[in-house]
Amino acid sequence: MGPRREEKALPDVVISAATQVLAHTPGFARHGSKPRRELPKDPAVAERFAAALRSYGAAAAYAPHQAWIGNVHPRDLPARPWVNAGGAPTRTGPFGEIMPQDEFLGLLAAVDDFGLLALSPHAAEAAATALAAHPLAKAFDLAKLDAAATDIEAAAGEAKALRLTPGAVMRCAQADDESLSAHVLIDNLAAKATATLALLHLLERSGIDPASVDYVIGAGEEAIGDRYQRGGGNMGKAVAQAAGLTEASGADVKNFCAAPVPALVIAAALVGSGVFNRVAVVSGGSLAKLGMKFQGHLSHDLPIMEDVLGGTAALLEADDGRSPRIRLDVVGRHKVSAGGSQPQVMEALAVEPLARQGIRMTEVDDYATELHNPEITEPQGSGDVPARNYRVIAALAAARKDIERTEIADFVARRGMPGFAPTQGHLASSLCYLPHALDRLTTGDANRVLLLAKGSLFLGRMSQLSDGMSVLLERNRAS
Amino acid sequence: MLQGKKVIAIGERDGISGPAIAACAKAAGADVVFVATECFV
Repeated sequence: MGPRREEKALPDVVISAATQVLAHTPGFARHGSKPRRELPKDPAVAERFAAALRSYGAAAAYAPHQAWIGNVHPRDLPARPWVNAGGAPTRTGPFGEIMPQDEFLGLLAAVDDFGLLALSPHAAEAAATALAAHPLAKAFDLAKLDAAATDIEAAAGEAKALRLTPGAVMRCAQADDESLSAHVLIDNLAAKATATLALLHLLERSGIDPASVDYVIGAGEEAIGDRYQRGGGNMGKAVAQAAGLTEASGADVKNFCAAPVPALVIAAALVGSGVFNRVAVVSGGSLAKLGMKFQGHLSHDLPIMEDVLGGTAALLEADDGRSPRIRLDVVGRHKVSAGGSQPQVMEALAVEPLARQGIRMTEVDDYATELHNPEITEPQGSGDVPARNYRVIAALAAARKDIERTEIADFVARRGMPGFAPTQGHLASSLCYLPHALDRLTTGDANRVLLLAKGSLFLGRMSQLSDGMSVLLERNRAS
Repeated sequence: MLQGKKVIAIGERDGISGPAIAACAKAAGADVVFVATECFV
């Protein structure tokens, strides 16, 4: 028998930083799955769609987007309607930025390792000029923009190429491999670019040595692969490389819209068990859901509001005595046997993990659930997703006698919030609240925040089940 | 009402799932020919 390894106390784990960005990509909206199928059927609708796209100023001024980058807490958003309400188009906030499309084209080229994106010389030059003036300029590989500049009409004429915008074309990698088609590749490249931008903001804001991050977990909505392994991955490592994390490796967690919460839990477990010291969780945005509910928006004379791609990054490490703890002993999971009705799902995610540790539901200050922006979903008839979730959570609190039935509305108002996230579900599924939660649990007056995510597994036709996971964040005891 | 009828059961992720609708329809004597749950957000 060899010498025993010295026993070490396992650390508490904290989330020390979180950032999120948006790329405003109205020119990409017609390449979303729904518009791509519907617009070619009717030129008149395509014309209305194009006329209803928002300017950068309107998208940046949009109040939910300002909540996304941290300039306003969701509970402090003005009364709706938010759309066409004016306001200041503030580009940056404490959590990140809203990048204009012309600049984002350059970022796409900067993270394109295979020369698949072609830009017109004008588009490349405009993007290079803008990115050179960006606060993170030194992190961008601007030489790739020069390499991307080409005769854009010739690129558009290449087999199976996709005309993204007048100045940008996405090539396919192999004309006969669906997984390497231009549509799939731009989905993946956009996710890589947005996640990379969020991670670069995180590195800048946290000031940590990029070489100190051991592992990056991707939790986005893309499927990277080829015909022989269609969802092969690995976005985590691709983003690690693009952001200069030379000592990191990575992998991806897939779980439909719920993926980021299990990714956070797995990352915390890796740190808490001593496998790694620092782990980042990143999520990018793909084109698929752009313009998804355009028919509802056009029928209500609204602009196309699904015109942004989100990216997020979070950093987990051992207790620093300051940052909010992630409570690995308060993780909720939706078991196979749990049942699929909404009260059963919420019982598993919002009640059981708290009850197991003797925490009353009123001892959680904020519940972050699926925070889809209702202004986007309601015109299409999909209702107010967060409001539905909060009603169920509050009803369960009443059933548990943590509150009186008469206190349900107050519970929702105090501990819930309006949805403010773009409808890319993995970003809406409580992840969008993470930077707000860190603020609330450090400089704010909250002590506990529950992150709660649900995923529609049944959409992939391998199970009739859904899934979900929750985890409690808590103010650091030392702070 | 559903006895002997063919039923397509489409559930919604925030509401009633497809299998739950199908179970009810079957109990009422329907022939459930398709079951799915969809996400509309």
